[in-house]
Amino acid sequence: MRDFSYLRAASVDAARAGAIQPGAMLLAGGTTLLDLAKCGVATPDTVIDVTHLSGLSAIEVDADGARIGALAKMAAVADDPAIIAAFPAISQSLTLAASQQLRNMATIGGNLMQRTRCPYFRDPGTFSACNKRAPGSGCSAIGGVTRNHAVLGVSDACIATYHGDLAVALVAFDAVVEIGERSVAIDDFFLVPGDTPERETLIEAGEMITGIRVPASAGAGNSVYLKVRDRQSYEFAAASAAVSLELEDDGRTVRDIRVALGGVATKPWRARAVEQALIGKAIDAETVKAASLLAVEGAVSNGGNQYKIALAPRVVARAISDLASKTARTSGGQA
Amino acid sequence: MTRTIPLSLAINGKPHTLDVEPRVTLLDALREHLSLTGTKKGCDQGQCGACTCHVDGERVLSCLTLAAQVEGRQVTTIEGIAGEDGTLHAVQKAFIEQDAFQCGYCTPGQIMSAVACIREGHAGSDAEIREYMSGNLCRCGAYNSIVAAVREAAAAVSVNEKVEAA
Ligand SMILES: Cc1cc2nc3c(=O)[nH]c(=O)nc-3n(C[C@H](O)[C@H](O)[C@H](O)COP(=O)(O)OP(=O)(O)OC[C@H]3O[C@@H](n4cnc5c(N)ncnc54)[C@H](O)[C@@H]3O)c2cc1C
Ligand code: SF4
Ligand code: FES
Ligand code: FES
Repeated sequence: MRDFSYLRAASVDAARAGAIQPGAMLLAGGTTLLDLAKCGVATPDTVIDVTHLSGLSAIEVDADGARIGALAKMAAVADDPAIIAAFPAISQSLTLAASQQLRNMATIGGNLMQRTRCPYFRDPGTFSACNKRAPGSGCSAIGGVTRNHAVLGVSDACIATYHGDLAVALVAFDAVVEIGERSVAIDDFFLVPGDTPERETLIEAGEMITGIRVPASAGAGNSVYLKVRDRQSYEFAAASAAVSLELEDDGRTVRDIRVALGGVATKPWRARAVEQALIGKAIDAETVKAASLLAVEGAVSNGGNQYKIALAPRVVARAISDLASKTARTSGGQA
Repeated sequence: MTRTIPLSLAINGKPHTLDVEPRVTLLDALREHLSLTGTKKGCDQGQCGACTCHVDGERVLSCLTLAAQVEGRQVTTIEGIAGEDGTLHAVQKAFIEQDAFQCGYCTPGQIMSAVACIREGHAGSDAEIREYMSGNLCRCGAYNSIVAAVREAAAAVSVNEKVEAA
């Protein structure tokens, strides 16, 4: 790891002023930044430690929804009783991510900003071509080993997956990212690669995420995060789904549903076509299966990741069916 | 270009001062600068858990933590969990009892993780232990015995707590 200067920010303003300098990077939990510095991908001249700032780690939940400070730790949010009750999918997306050690270190702000695990991106010594790292240099993944690469939102320039779990749940809930004074809808916050894969979010130099707001929604309390992966724990998603569901009083007709996908797209992926196909319909296995296939509309495979196109709709269908049968039971409707 | 910064760290309840480059991780500070070699370096990239320590009582990976970041915090390493008189911690005893290692390289990290896992209340069943210990890999595959040791230690800790509370 190349050496750098270390600054401990005394305030958010000082952190921003420092971060606008060329070569400066914010350091929160360090679980992405120091990892990538060791890979030779991140080469900061200065790191600005924000972990000693106070007042940015509160977790507040009320009738309007939740507000989570950018420095709240993944573990703290995962275990927060009010979050578990109001937004179970958020808690589950965090509990199923990384390991407890990493969750104790990593912050919510840093979590959104985590970088892809594309092995070519992470290995500049062996693979010089990577449009995300070195714009215009090409993409080593296309034509290479692509088992964990994206099938949705890809471009000719980059097919790297966004691997984070939390953001998938946040996209389902229409969360808002607070960047100091400005607020951005989370679906707009993340960018598809297009011709500029080096640009992943709307964050500009010198900006800092200060918190996340999650508006209350009817189905939020009845939500789930289902993560399917190559090993049972401590692994990124092969495919995942965050789903929230509100049924009519009959216990079978969909009043509102939110569906988002992880592990298969270049950004946390809202599957609105699935939602539209189900609103107003009675839930049964065939309807759910047919609607879930819409989750991968427009998907493009690059060899080894072909399986994701078959897997993702099944993950969506299972998440919806599990929620529906649970809802039917608890509402006393037809089970 | 070698610029060092002075740091004062509290490790296992004792103050230490050192001069290190800003990039030095807590793991390297412990092993290379303070001769506390109980904490192990496996992957050095946050993937194996061998370097697990406690910062302010919570388990973290020292390979992805800068030494500079833990100034003002309490660091506990494997050297700091036995009693002053050398009495082993309940988790250490359970690892010996259950033969929960082969080569022993992952063991300090496993033990630090297990101590925290029990304290967090995440050792309620074998399934929960497996889930919450999943950040500690063991290349020798001693997993079954590790789960047994954590289960045994969790029971011992809760008995101790009941005795202390009585
Ligand atoms: C072995 C391993 C396994 C993992 N498994 C999973 C998994 O299964 N699921 C999952 O979702 N994640 C996983 N992760 C990723 C992990 O969740 C992220 O590394 C973590 O959330 C990043 O948070 P941090 O606070 O450590 O960020 P840092 O590393 O400190 O920062 C990350 C980036 O964000 C910037 N940044 C930090 N804070 C802010 C802010 N407030 N505003 C603007 N920019 C900021 C930094 O400059 C840096 O570029 C894993 C990581 C590792 C190492
Ligand atoms: S997929 Fe994207 S991140 Fe991976 S090598 Fe290609 S350009 Fe780089
Ligand atoms: S050495 Fe830190 S996790 Fe492997
Ligand atoms: S005992 Fe050898 S790695 Fe675990």
